[in-house]
Amino acid sequence: MEFEAVIGLEVHAELLTESKIFCSCTTEFGGEPNTHCCPVCLGLPGTLPVLNKKAVEYAIRAGLALNCNIARFSKMDRKNYFYPDLPKAYQISQYDLPLCRDGYVEIETEDGIKKIGIIRVHLEEDAGKLIHEENGGSSLVDYNRTGVPLIEIVSYPDMRTPEEARLYLTKLKSILEYTEVSDCKMQEGSLRVDTNISVRPVGSDTFGTKVELKNLNSFRAVYKALEYEFKRQAEAIKNGEEITQETRRWDENKGITISMRSKEEAHDYRYFPEPDIVPIVVGDEWIEEIRSNIPELPHQKKERFIKDLGLPAYDAGVITADKALSDFFEKCVELYDNPKTISNWVMGEILRGMKEAEIEASSLPISPEQLVMLQKMVDAGTISISIGKKVFDTMLKTGKNPNDIVEEEGLAQISDEGSLRSTVLKVIENNPKSVEDFLGGKEKAMGFLIGQVMKETKGKANPQMINEIMKEELSKLSKN
Amino acid sequence: MELYEYSVYELISILEKGETNSVEVTESIIENIDKRDGDIGAFLYVDKEGALKAAEEADRLRRDGKSAPFLGIPVAIKDNICTEGTKTTCASKMLENFVPPYDATVVKKLKEAGAIIVGKTNMDEFAMGSSTENSALKKTVNPWDFDRVPGGSSGGSAAAVAASEVPVALGSDTGGSIRQPASFCGVVGLKPTYGRVSRYGLVAFASSLDQIGPFARDVEDAAMLLNVIAGYDKMDSTSVPGRENYFLDGIKDGIKGFKIGLPKEYYGEGVSSDVRESVLAMVKRLEGLGAFVEETSLPYSEYALAAYYIISSAEASSNLARYDGIRYGHRADKFDDLIDLYARSRSEGFGKEVKRRIMLGTYVLSSGYYDAYYKKALKVRTLIKNDFDRAFEKYDVLISPTSPTVAFKFGEKSNPLEMYLADILTVPVNIAGLPAISVPCGLAGGLPVGLQVIGKPFDEKTLLKIAYAVQENTGKLKPEVK
Repeated sequence: MEFEAVIGLEVHAELLTESKIFCSCTTEFGGEPNTHCCPVCLGLPGTLPVLNKKAVEYAIRAGLALNCNIARFSKMDRKNYFYPDLPKAYQISQYDLPLCRDGYVEIETEDGIKKIGIIRVHLEEDAGKLIHEENGGSSLVDYNRTGVPLIEIVSYPDMRTPEEARLYLTKLKSILEYTEVSDCKMQEGSLRVDTNISVRPVGSDTFGTKVELKNLNSFRAVYKALEYEFKRQAEAIKNGEEITQETRRWDENKGITISMRSKEEAHDYRYFPEPDIVPIVVGDEWIEEIRSNIPELPHQKKERFIKDLGLPAYDAGVITADKALSDFFEKCVELYDNPKTISNWVMGEILRGMKEAEIEASSLPISPEQLVMLQKMVDAGTISISIGKKVFDTMLKTGKNPNDIVEEEGLAQISDEGSLRSTVLKVIENNPKSVEDFLGGKEKAMGFLIGQVMKETKGKANPQMINEIMKEELSKLSKN
Repeated sequence: MELYEYSVYELISILEKGETNSVEVTESIIENIDKRDGDIGAFLYVDKEGALKAAEEADRLRRDGKSAPFLGIPVAIKDNICTEGTKTTCASKMLENFVPPYDATVVKKLKEAGAIIVGKTNMDEFAMGSSTENSALKKTVNPWDFDRVPGGSSGGSAAAVAASEVPVALGSDTGGSIRQPASFCGVVGLKPTYGRVSRYGLVAFASSLDQIGPFARDVEDAAMLLNVIAGYDKMDSTSVPGRENYFLDGIKDGIKGFKIGLPKEYYGEGVSSDVRESVLAMVKRLEGLGAFVEETSLPYSEYALAAYYIISSAEASSNLARYDGIRYGHRADKFDDLIDLYARSRSEGFGKEVKRRIMLGTYVLSSGYYDAYYKKALKVRTLIKNDFDRAFEKYDVLISPTSPTVAFKFGEKSNPLEMYLADILTVPVNIAGLPAISVPCGLAGGLPVGLQVIGKPFDEKTLLKIAYAVQENTGKLKPEVK
């Protein structure tokens, strides 16, 4: 029997507002523990939450970019549970009247465009962070993150493979980044993913028993965990076992999922309307204002790169999938009016460098100014393109300016004709066999001789010039 | 007459004339508290030093020609209203040592108006109760009869004002916690419209019902204190903008032509006959002053108490969940793990009634019971609001007794349900978010009877006019405190 996965995702994204959702504390990441707090976000007795209008605006903007309907009337609710990182012992969230509903995201699969439905996008507050002391014993709490605004984006179970889940996440992330709703940094926790997966025979239209997966710290982990869980469940079904409805934790090191809690152990959150916050009433005018201010979305930018900058569709797709990368690219193009040349750098050295150093485009140590400076040195003949790539590697490691690197390492191209000619003559003298071969008609020997010149000059020789000088000198020999 | 016996408007007048100063007034007040509060037990904390310092500052400002509405006037604060740097305990072991790092908005406004915070008053633990017997920290007696309760939950504020320990005080009212003790102690107590006064800094019991309001010996003083504390606050999104009023305006204009409704459900079984007669006798006099009086009906009243205890307990179970022993408040000395830490700290820190309501509230919000209890209670809430809306199409105010009985004796209501019935005439007002005032209208068996005037939303002015007329026709009631 053939099986297919049924996958749904719940994504939490921290909003990029300057202040927290219910008080004026900063949302900045990091900071000494418990320095970004006040009586309100600490939930001290008597304090009251006041909803940050910007957080509502950002949530609506995300909802619009995800093709949702925006509720003209919604409200906040309390989700009650005890945990030390939750100072009020309830999270202010949205239960039955979320701000945004019924949207979708389009992903490009091998079989073409597929729509992944979005059930809802709702607004809520983040909790703090527990820090467990290494030698066991006690735990400490940092409330800096408490009250940072979040949206939770719940998809329909529309994905059928781990790859579709990965494509959905990539698309969602780029939309949230483009709309400047969230910076989506998984390593800082500003984007978090939980997923539900069930398995059924291909062709079935009923759902199997679903399992929730947690502790997914990267898109790769989501992919791996889904892949593992799909196999586990399919195997179990083949063996006639029942799937338990439960929450399982992904163990990154072992590459397996482990049962955390069963359905019976699930919390009863006792949701009820938050009495301290008046319902959120959103007018058409405000929605239109937010809609008109949505920045360019990834697919719009891709079209523009193809049409206005003449990029190949593939390059445009890769570059625009990553907001920070496309921003980098555009900045370069502003400084250097040859999109294809820049695109070659981005598609080649930059993507390779990011992969090797495991860094995101947003934290590239090279600035657009520096890349353009490097390209201009190539254009000016100061360095060759192959030296340029070496300089690029050093830039990536050190963040230094290309001209400094070229100077420090003496990489400037030798374009002095006299000096090049003497090196060429030296090579001809030292390689009589190759010279003979060339004169005997073996064209290839010329390449060897030029390679020897490059070796002598440590690659700094102006390739065009040595080419010409070599031809000149060899033709002198052939005439003799 | 001693300085501590003066009302606020009298004090303002003699302070302005320079016949006395704030230090003298405050000294007199503190001396009287020293003399009486050993018996009354109204205060959990008296800030003598701070009060005298504030009085000196007030005198200095006055000498410099500055003025402020409550400049140099002593005020007491119920101990569930946060005062920066001064313990705010909610009369609970849980918060016995809790010192808030901020002032409640009402306290801030009082300070800005020049008031002197004398101290914090006793109450039922977390404002849950109708007799102040649920205080984990102190016993407060009724100044009229030391064997009787002062009412609750704001029993300390009511007793302090009744015993002339302070001219005015703040309380909070979730289901009658200002009006009922005012009634029992023979003083004026006003619960403002929900949203009239900021709740910021009021330790929450039931957020959709709680309101802060004044206690005073005169209707005028209650109006003046409301002037200071009322108004929109950006820290409380349920406070309502654009409703500022000057509540003393026209208070003495008389009540001719006012339409008064007497909801018959508020005079029925369970209301003692002497209380009913006392209130009806006063209503007759109001009729004599030109008011139009008619019996009416609020048919859903009988469901109000049940709805109230469901809604208030549900909200309380959530509001009080933050007292978990992690960040502040009581923490058990010994515990095995996190859950044990929670369980022990909360078991030790909370009193019996608080635990009862947390359990009740948790139950009514639980899945499988939510629809039958909480959701139904919200529907009843709407029906009760509709009852009042209909009545106010016809009447300017509704009048009833504040409490079914006069002050009862300590230990008399041993069954919680009996105690809950003490709130039966006050809770519908909170459910509907309306303003209401309790004003003394006479004595029954030597104990004060409170008359409740219920008004339209944000129409405290009419309440105060009617209450003033009642006061004018009652004569001075004052307990003889030895």
